[in-house]
Amino acid sequence: MATFNLTINKKKHTVDVDPQMPLLWVIRDFVGLTGTKFGCGIAECGACTVHLGDTAVRSCMLPVKSVGNKEITTIEGLSEKGDHPLQLAWKKMDVPQCGYCQAGQIMAAAALLARKSKPTDEDINNTMTNICRCCTYTRIRKAIKLASEAASG
Amino acid sequence: MEAKAANTLKRRDFIKISTLAGGGLVLGFNWLSSCAPDTKGGNLVEVNAYIKIDTNGQITLMAPNPEDGQGVKTSLPMMVAEELDVDWNQVHIEQAGLDAKKYHRQVAGGSGSVKASWEPFRKAGATARQMLIAAAAAKWKVSPESCYTASGTVLLKNSKKKFSYGDLVGQAAKMPVPKQVTLRETGAFKLIGKRIPNVDNQAIVTGACKYGIDTKREGMLYAAMVRPPAFGQTLKSFDDSEAKKLPGVEKVIRIGDKVAVFGRSTWEVIQGTKKINVTWQDDGTLESTADYQKNFKHLLKKGSDDKPKREDGNIEKAFSQPGIRTFEAIYEAPFLAHNCMEPMNFFAHVKADGAELYGPTQNPKSICGKTAKLLGLPEEKVTVMMTRLGGGFGRRLTFDFVEEAVLASKASGRPVNLIWSREDDMGGGYYRPMCTYQYRAAVDAGNHLIGWHDNSIGVTGNPSRENNFPAGAVPNLRVDAQNYKSPVPTAPWRGPIHNFVAFAEQTFIDEIAHGIGKDPIAFRLEILDLAKQKPVGKVDYNPDRYAAVIKKAAEMADWGNPREGIYQGIGSYYCFDTYMAQIAEVVKQTDGTLRIKKVYCAVDCGILINESGAENEVQGGILDGIGNALYAEITLTKGKPDQVNFNHYRMIKMKDAPDIEVQFIKSNEHPTGLGEPPLPPAGPAVANAVFAATGIRLRSQPFTKSGLFT
Repeated sequence: MATFNLTINKKKHTVDVDPQMPLLWVIRDFVGLTGTKFGCGIAECGACTVHLGDTAVRSCMLPVKSVGNKEITTIEGLSEKGDHPLQLAWKKMDVPQCGYCQAGQIMAAAALLARKSKPTDEDINNTMTNICRCCTYTRIRKAIKLASEAASG
Repeated sequence: MEAKAANTLKRRDFIKISTLAGGGLVLGFNWLSSCAPDTKGGNLVEVNAYIKIDTNGQITLMAPNPEDGQGVKTSLPMMVAEELDVDWNQVHIEQAGLDAKKYHRQVAGGSGSVKASWEPFRKAGATARQMLIAAAAAKWKVSPESCYTASGTVLLKNSKKKFSYGDLVGQAAKMPVPKQVTLRETGAFKLIGKRIPNVDNQAIVTGACKYGIDTKREGMLYAAMVRPPAFGQTLKSFDDSEAKKLPGVEKVIRIGDKVAVFGRSTWEVIQGTKKINVTWQDDGTLESTADYQKNFKHLLKKGSDDKPKREDGNIEKAFSQPGIRTFEAIYEAPFLAHNCMEPMNFFAHVKADGAELYGPTQNPKSICGKTAKLLGLPEEKVTVMMTRLGGGFGRRLTFDFVEEAVLASKASGRPVNLIWSREDDMGGGYYRPMCTYQYRAAVDAGNHLIGWHDNSIGVTGNPSRENNFPAGAVPNLRVDAQNYKSPVPTAPWRGPIHNFVAFAEQTFIDEIAHGIGKDPIAFRLEILDLAKQKPVGKVDYNPDRYAAVIKKAAEMADWGNPREGIYQGIGSYYCFDTYMAQIAEVVKQTDGTLRIKKVYCAVDCGILINESGAENEVQGGILDGIGNALYAEITLTKGKPDQVNFNHYRMIKMKDAPDIEVQFIKSNEHPTGLGEPPLPPAGPAVANAVFAATGIRLRSQPFTKSGLFT
């Protein structure tokens, strides 16, 4: 057990946990933010995607000890009022079915847009490797493009 | 003509009025007047408790069915809102828990929610609207006929007088329940058929939406379980000394052939399960995939001892006629996991005098009854509340994971959230059954299909769907089915049995069409025409509606006029009262492999309730069908699954997803469901396009084994 000071969604949290515990479980079970989801535990599905600094990471395999001083952003902190262009686009395109994987999808897409404001289909294919068993891929692609257009005015 | 619906509701069954904290009133469907507390008498009828209106005008519609992504939390309340005559932005939707007295069919299964709710939900709205009108008429001292409604208000004709529903709700609750209600004509719908977004979208995109796995309560322990690694094994002994040393692990308890680890966090209890040293035992007869395949083929050859599931005419005679041509093919379906993105989990709190169940289930009534029986409690002592489900696909119809949570709570004496790892989930069984089908067909000299034999076997009760197309159009037809006993538990899996029968049937039809030199679509239409003109035995499907979706898809894809380098294949299918035709297009890539470029889909699901939700279901169902047909299988080595996580079980992803175009047939028929019907025809549409491109027939899944796809 060890103490870690984490900055999550611009708020400081102190947790006393096993240094090997993946960030996902620290966020969910100790900090109490449950928007970030557990899907596979081996960084294959992307349901657990959060931002570490500006980078999208799969938090289910990231030991809390390796977070260091980097700021963590979860779906709850992506925007203050739930109005990030991707969140608006997701609603406009009516993307979710069961909805479980969508937080991870949005976080992956947000990091992509931050890096490349006008992603091509190829960029989307290469970056959006998150699994959606409901297979909402058609609308996810449309929503990313809509958000990208909205953001660039 | 307006549709008149006889109302079997009794007043006391229907309206509930009680004081809300804010001084408002609840207009529900279970009469409990503040002044007439007549609640105990009478049997409750099929509808009730769908609407709450408070005096401030807040209108809440209840969503009683489990929401697993099929959209019923949006589409069913739309039906109530339509007849209540309120605007969608005036209503708030609330998930209801299990209440078998108030609601009927609180199940997410069989693509049946929309179909079964169409009458009762609209009647609920219409009845309330009529009572609100009656209340306004009484206040104004006019006849109800001189009143009308719009956007949550009752208005008086030829005047400026109006009341909001909130103003009337107290009075309305005292009005007699109408014996007959008038439902809107289909052409007059204001809301039904529109594109209405999922009501939980805001919560989902902000991470606020709670799923079962997110449940945390005061005093609760997380629990994870060690289960037998191979199907058919039992627990001999275990050593938990290492697990108990782990920080965060509080208890370890054996429950039957499983060992439960309890603690303060999910990860710590899952780590705990890895530190339990178990000795498993079995009788040495556990089978591997190759054993199943070999035994299936042997038993198919031997033939079924049971009565055929369907028998029209005499197939032996048909197949021995001189001058006939015969076709035969064997199709093999692997076990598949459901792979709901939210792994199985459930919250249970078992106390001496009752139990609380809270979580993702497709089948609340069933788990309530089974829990009551398990604990020796009356059913009314077991409460069930459904969270939004992170996928269902049939996996959450079963009791197994709820039973574990109940037993874990009972054994630990604590409220428990029992959570499965992905390995537990994918390796845990309740699979889509492994099946093998032998199809035979006989075609006479005039190129007519005169004989059809489906000889089927699988790890499930009835691996066939005996009344499927082309049954009804073939004079000599037999369907045989054998159940293969196995320790592998199987369960309904999106479009149960249909999900693979469609593949066998629709690629076999294609093979016959090509074999006799007929266009695959023309051949299907010819068979459907026979089912209409000269039906043989029972015809489950409506040949005209079936033909209409095929023609529509052909028109959408410009069938018969292939563009350079594009190869088309069709899969059509009827199940759960919904008609689908899909045309897949594949292209050859420079490396010689194929890519699925586009799928066109025509759908007849009767009256469309929510176009956005329906289209989403169809798009997703097609991709799910393609993904599972191309990539997925669970294989076994001596009873143990070889794939337990996504690194070995490929799921379709963004880069693999073709374009999809969906069109719905305009219809005034009773609406039907879309959870399952889009999936079954997708695989055969692709396989038939593969044949068009390569001349190669795919007869087993996953298709990637053919080397034709990367």
